[in-house]
Amino acid sequence: MSSSTATQPYVPKTRVGKVTDYVDSRVGGSGIVKEFGRKIFPDHWTFMFGEVALYTFVILLISGTFLTFFYDPSMAETHYEGSYLPLRGVEMSVAYASSLDISFDIRGGLFMRQVHHWSALLFVASVAVHMLRVFFTGAFRRPREFNWVVGCVLLILSLAAGFTGYSLPDDLLSGNGLRIIDGVMKAIPVVGTYLSFFLFGGEFPGTAIIGRLYVLHILLIPAVILLMIGIHLFMVVLHKHSQFPGPGRTNTNVVGYPVGPVYAAKAGGFFFIVFGVLAAISAAFTINPIWNYGPYDPSPVSAGTQPDWYIGWVDGALRLMPGTLGPNFDFEFMIPFPWGDNALSLNVLFPALVPATIIFALMFTWPWIEAWITKDKREHHLLDRPRNAPTRTAIGVAGVVFYCIQWAAASSDLIATHFLVSLNDVLYVLRFLVIFGPVIAFMVTRRIALALQRKDREIALHGRETGRIVRLPHGEFIEVHEPVDDYKLYKLVSFNSPEVSIPRADANGKVGLVDKVHGRVSRFFFEDRVAPVTPRELEESHHDHHGEVAGAQDREAITSR
Amino acid sequence: MADSREDASRTSVTLASPGQQLDEFENPGLPPHRPRLADRDPRAEKRAERQVALLFTISVIGTLLFFVGYFFIPLNDTIARLRLQNLTLGLGTAFAMLGIGVGIVHWAKTLMPDHEVTESRHEIRPENDRQDAEKIVNDILDESGIKRRPLIRNTLLGAVVLAPLPAIAIFRDLGPLPGNVLKETMWDAGVRLTRDPSGTPIRASDVTRGSAFHVIPEGLNEVENKLEEKAKAVVLLMRLDPSELNPSPGRENWGYDGIVAYSKICTHVGCPVALYEQHTHHLLCPCHQSTFDLEQECKVIFGPAARPLPQLPIEVDDEGYLVASSDFQEPVGPSFWERG
Amino acid sequence: MKALSQRRRHPLAAVALLLMALLVTGGIYAVASSANEAKAQAVTFTANDVEEGGKLFAANCASCHGMGATGSDAAPSLVGAGAASVDFQVGSGRMPMQMDGPQAQVKPVQFTDEQVGQMAAYVASLGAGPAIPTDEMVDASEGDPAHGGELFRVNCAMCHNAAAAGGALTRGKYAPAIDGTSERHIYEAMVTGPQNMPVFSDANITPEDKQDIIAFLKTIESQGSPGGAALGSLGPVSEGLFIWVAGLGVIIAFTVWLTSRSS
Repeated sequence: MSSSTATQPYVPKTRVGKVTDYVDSRVGGSGIVKEFGRKIFPDHWTFMFGEVALYTFVILLISGTFLTFFYDPSMAETHYEGSYLPLRGVEMSVAYASSLDISFDIRGGLFMRQVHHWSALLFVASVAVHMLRVFFTGAFRRPREFNWVVGCVLLILSLAAGFTGYSLPDDLLSGNGLRIIDGVMKAIPVVGTYLSFFLFGGEFPGTAIIGRLYVLHILLIPAVILLMIGIHLFMVVLHKHSQFPGPGRTNTNVVGYPVGPVYAAKAGGFFFIVFGVLAAISAAFTINPIWNYGPYDPSPVSAGTQPDWYIGWVDGALRLMPGTLGPNFDFEFMIPFPWGDNALSLNVLFPALVPATIIFALMFTWPWIEAWITKDKREHHLLDRPRNAPTRTAIGVAGVVFYCIQWAAASSDLIATHFLVSLNDVLYVLRFLVIFGPVIAFMVTRRIALALQRKDREIALHGRETGRIVRLPHGEFIEVHEPVDDYKLYKLVSFNSPEVSIPRADANGKVGLVDKVHGRVSRFFFEDRVAPVTPRELEESHHDHHGEVAGAQDREAITSR
Repeated sequence: MADSREDASRTSVTLASPGQQLDEFENPGLPPHRPRLADRDPRAEKRAERQVALLFTISVIGTLLFFVGYFFIPLNDTIARLRLQNLTLGLGTAFAMLGIGVGIVHWAKTLMPDHEVTESRHEIRPENDRQDAEKIVNDILDESGIKRRPLIRNTLLGAVVLAPLPAIAIFRDLGPLPGNVLKETMWDAGVRLTRDPSGTPIRASDVTRGSAFHVIPEGLNEVENKLEEKAKAVVLLMRLDPSELNPSPGRENWGYDGIVAYSKICTHVGCPVALYEQHTHHLLCPCHQSTFDLEQECKVIFGPAARPLPQLPIEVDDEGYLVASSDFQEPVGPSFWERG
Repeated sequence: MKALSQRRRHPLAAVALLLMALLVTGGIYAVASSANEAKAQAVTFTANDVEEGGKLFAANCASCHGMGATGSDAAPSLVGAGAASVDFQVGSGRMPMQMDGPQAQVKPVQFTDEQVGQMAAYVASLGAGPAIPTDEMVDASEGDPAHGGELFRVNCAMCHNAAAAGGALTRGKYAPAIDGTSERHIYEAMVTGPQNMPVFSDANITPEDKQDIIAFLKTIESQGSPGGAALGSLGPVSEGLFIWVAGLGVIIAFTVWLTSRSS
């Protein structure tokens, strides 16, 4: 992509040199080449997801531009006369008819539609996985907090881009999606009805919504996404990429490959790979078969009406919330006012807003929450292995589980039909899991992380199990452990393990409330910890780790070769 | 649990206070560089070169395949032909892209230098920069005089706060005010129940037990804002044994001989509640699984809806057709603030 | 899991049977009183068919449905159920029922076409009911798939899914996928309303409309999806699952290859 200047050394200087010099003397490109040409980027497969997101976004721009040339965002009534037989003559909106034309009558149109939609799904998925990578490795810590926030904004924008695009074909599936949005919006107290009327230009469905979503989808949201991507990448360059700890890697250096030629070639080639994978998927797998759903009409609905995966969790939350408790209690309250009763629909409002608010609020503020807990204000350019931050990892997994249970709830009907269980039972189980699942996940994950840390300790202290059983002269059988080399060892021992900070009393001998809370939280976070092996411990383990047991010397002779 | 605590405390005892240099391993530095096959063996290098060229050639073939699909697979109104074209275009593009991508990466991995390079990080904010910047900002503030002239500052603040308001107000005409439209539908006394989508009227005798009719008001297909009216007026019509219905006081004559009509718009968020189980007499919404019981006037028995579906009072006119005896007695569809 | 399914079945056995009994009692009355049902009687049977059917019925069905098909605690009366009902339930393998459950499962068909016809003749002889449609009535090539599609979306798609891929009902019941179902069985399901499906009598959806619906279903079944594999026609859920598992899986494989050192 950006490799044309960087690969310069590989083209003959005589001719290209003149051209570059001509440009350089006018725009000062050599400064850029000097800055970026040999910039170092660390290499790790988990660092590639941000690139996947960027590349799918580029593919979305390319395929989306193609689609805009043929798509007509009008809700005017028409009768379909295209080549898809089972819809011929059916009354529909111009938007839906033009989407069908793209699919059936424009060569390559169906392919571009499928590329666009598959890219959109992969775009949001890669944004999500990228954020999970950043979270679980602690890459959001100082100095990268702001970039994390920009990333959160990008996530929300990508959801908005996805949803506005999902609605454009004006088919039955997306129309029912808008119907649900309308219903949720109307549940908002005081202003809800007005919001709905302003968005739809009157009563649902009206004739304005598709055109309005179209402008948001192709102009406003992509423009803001581009701006945010610019800021995001600027800060990546400013901070330089973080890296995993390991031999040769410190908090003050960055180890990897230079942009030119290796990194540029890999990153540039990866764009083509992502495009190729999406093209292959779009060649062989249908996505959003709008011809199946038919035009939007408020009367019909299809079984299995779901939003795309990234909005699915909100739909799932709507499904999980019981509307009534017992025969005589429901969650719709009529609030008496002097002018009459007003309706407050908590059965809609609560699931639509609360889980999303919890997840996004925690997401945006997490860098500061964690910094407050650890009281760690240092710059971090070395990442954590997830196991080395057990509580953070456990909280992250709990969040993922919370999300996934709601996501699963959005397909409760398909779970029921495909696993031959009762729809109602599926929902009862998921209602239990959405509350207790994250707690269980937290505890299990923390235990697993601590266990993995202990395994690391074991390997660092006693070496790798070789599977070789040896009988010692005095008859004891032991398994030979092979010490790991210095590089491997350093990977296992070079991490920070914060300890519980005990609140200190002030001059009057009192502990402030904030300090008390901090002490509690700190205890919760760091009470269970496995410390990294120290050189002294390693030394001790080599000499007398098994006390006075007979044969210790024999064993020592073998294990340390 | 207890074990791990013990373990943790034991290990922390063996640790000196963190940060002590002696207790940390020294960074051994980068591992020695291990040459690749292509670095050692000229034949491997040649082979890699040929592989890269082959991958680029595959890309060329992919591009050609795309053109074959585009120009030589004409669409002829059959789905099979379209599927073949889509497959050819897609695979062509996939090969074209993967050929280039995999080729370049293979080139970078096998033939370009693979020595890891170390670069040191710069301070994000050098201290003298900070001091300079602080001085510049102070100079700017000083020269602008904004601190010395509070009158200017305060009036500017007021102006800046007010100025964006028109930008909000100008969106007022995005839509009309709700008024009463959400509380009214096309149904009225004497409006015939007709089949969706044909609009043909329904006789009471047509509605046999166990059947379900999807109903729209007569004349809906002719009105101008058809979809908006339809979104409120669709009704589901069913016939049960009259003894299975348990109408509450005042609603005894809302049905006709076991025939009842209920709004099809879910009181949760507005999906059509169209799934009728003829034996259990349950209505199920396919979007969020709210379940309504016909035998209890469509009370919610499961799922996220909180209110029963509104019932449309119906009777039979002189010609034996089913007609509404009034509009719905309450607003249909999802709740809204002013519903009460 | 086991406890779950038992819990699901236990109350249902009683309730469903009670309701089924209630409904069929009502159904006979309703079906008998509606004249237009009888008009569809097109496939005729001989007296011999009725006699042979009676024997088959006594041997295979009477243990639940009772001698004379008047019903029992375990199964509804079939008087007035009609030939179409028998042809659908037995001909599609739903009857005889293998076990009690939320609804009758499709199994391999237990009888030959001739035997099914004989049993249908026997049940039809007990009382007027929906008849088996003729081949012309269910000829998909004569119908208008676009009109059928409109009717299908309004009347059927909410349970069976817009692409006829099936969907869930309450408490373990479900609307099956329709692909692979014969034209005759589709027609019979509409007129008889098997299990919890509502009845779509000829007064609601005319025989011509039914033919259009069949034409629509057979069209989408035979042509397949233009975009490639349909992923079960289940909509965004299977698409989301696919991109996370297959799409992201392949991408991750590439990232691992891309960042690994060449040997």
